[in-house]
Amino acid sequence: MSALPKRSALVAFVALAVAVLAVLPHLAEPYYVTLVLPAFAYAIALLGFNLLFGTTGLLSFGHALFVAIGAYSTAVLTSKMGVKSFEAIVLVSGVVAVLAAVPVALLSVRYVRIFFGILTLAFGMLFHSFLFKFYDLTGGDTGIRVLRPTLLGMPFAELDKTAFLIGPFYYACLLLLVLLGLAMWRVVHSPFGLQLVAIRENPRKAEYLGVRVRLFRFLAFLISAFYCAVGGAILAINTGQADPELAYWTHSGELVFMTVLGGFASFFGPLVGAFAFIFLKSELMGATQYWRFFLGATLALIVIGFPRGLMGVASDLWRKACRA
Amino acid sequence: MTSFFDVLLGGVFHASVLFLVAAGLQLVFGVQRIVNLACGSFYALGAYFGITAVNWSTAHGAPAWSFLPVLVLSGVLLGAIGPVIERLLRTVYKRDEAFQLLLTFALVLMFQDVLRFFWGATPQQLGNLSMSYGKLAIGEVSFPTYNVLVMAASIAIAVSLGLFLQRTRYGRILRATAENREMAEALGADVRGIYASVFTLGTVLGTVGGALVVPTAAASLDMPVELVVEAFAVVVIGGLGSMRGAVAGALVVGLTRALAISFYAELEVLAIYVIVIAVLIARPAGLFGKPVE
Repeated sequence: MSALPKRSALVAFVALAVAVLAVLPHLAEPYYVTLVLPAFAYAIALLGFNLLFGTTGLLSFGHALFVAIGAYSTAVLTSKMGVKSFEAIVLVSGVVAVLAAVPVALLSVRYVRIFFGILTLAFGMLFHSFLFKFYDLTGGDTGIRVLRPTLLGMPFAELDKTAFLIGPFYYACLLLLVLLGLAMWRVVHSPFGLQLVAIRENPRKAEYLGVRVRLFRFLAFLISAFYCAVGGAILAINTGQADPELAYWTHSGELVFMTVLGGFASFFGPLVGAFAFIFLKSELMGATQYWRFFLGATLALIVIGFPRGLMGVASDLWRKACRA
Repeated sequence: MTSFFDVLLGGVFHASVLFLVAAGLQLVFGVQRIVNLACGSFYALGAYFGITAVNWSTAHGAPAWSFLPVLVLSGVLLGAIGPVIERLLRTVYKRDEAFQLLLTFALVLMFQDVLRFFWGATPQQLGNLSMSYGKLAIGEVSFPTYNVLVMAASIAIAVSLGLFLQRTRYGRILRATAENREMAEALGADVRGIYASVFTLGTVLGTVGGALVVPTAAASLDMPVELVVEAFAVVVIGGLGSMRGAVAGALVVGLTRALAISFYAELEVLAIYVIVIAVLIARPAGLFGKPVE
């Protein structure tokens, strides 16, 4: 096992990271602050995604489905049903995603490995084509507009769109990330989480030891759907639009990309991955129109050379520093 | 009646192209256990390169009828990228399959911009070349000869692939490697060489598929990611790794899509995936696949 930093050091690191994120809107240019919002969204989504991938060992290539469900729930709630409360939006999006995840998960957890990946991809594309083709219900390729939510009942009408997003909404998302992160930490380190790890390491042995393998995979799937939908809600509010591309299989691929970029073996890896990916993508897009090529090359490099991701590199450096 | 045959033949034409790509996917998965997301990128590369090859050859005075052999030849030539990409994939053979899948996803991203770099973002077309072979008429039903030739070519490829895998010595070694890699290696099979040639063959099937479709449809940057969706449906319906499954799956997907488009266009992809999920519920391993663990 790698030499993990002590618990107190870990707490200090996390507190430092949260503090930096909290003062960021006052220091950085608004453009960079607006980049942090999607990173928050993906960080939350990946917390859930990695419960399934890193912890339980099931690689989904269709979790963009639940991100899209979160985004479309937000769109329908704000612009069709007049529900503006962000707290209600988060809760309802999550619950809708969990309900949608029940049949998907029931079918998918019968499989493991590559078959699980392909089946989840199939469900994602099913939803994408529904969003894309049923114009009257979903707005087709343009999607549905998302209106600005209220936070704890406050509309912040005096702020313009950017000021709202990088002001109150930013802090709401940061708070949400911290809360959901703490909750996920508890889940991963609970007996439930340990049984998921046992399932990942050796499903047959886990079953002999009395772990209810399929049920636990199913539950992990539902939790991951909830997190992805909350991430989707934030993404949709940030862009002001829910569109079908959110459900496309390449978007699911990006979720996996971010997770591996950060390091799926570590709890914080996906969070680091979300921030690194958003920053990298925006820098590449600014530098060249062929950004996909360099993004792909980065992914290839990570996969071939640094399979434990940025957190793996960091922990190697940390160990070296400790020895020196 | 006429329109019914149009739909039927359209579906079979689409199925015969899909079969080629899916066969490449099946071959690579069957032997190397890698699900190649980049199969769609090979297909699109074949399409774009085919256009360039035909334009080049007609500019150099090749007769109009020669475009079909030129397309096939250009697809086969593109197989040269197979060994290069196989070399890249070789670095992750011993890793978890998540990494293998991700590396092919990285290829999808990279190919997207390679295509954009060489051929630009606007869709490219070969014009109405497919009509230059005229039409075949049987009674009241008529159909472009080109499409019939493509179907025939696809059937010929399917039959020769089957014969190759079942009847030749190398085909038997391939199947043995697919069955049990270690044992095949212990008995003296050159697994490295086999992987390289299987991947190249898979690539060629994809590029030829793309080259053959281009006289009837435009080549665009959406092609790679869209094709993956259908090719995956084919292999899941047919059963991962099975060649018979590729044939059956391609027919199911091709016909479903043709029927859906002509009766209720909204259902195009939806109908395919409803079938995928129905098949998985009824027969988890697909129509011709081996049971999953």
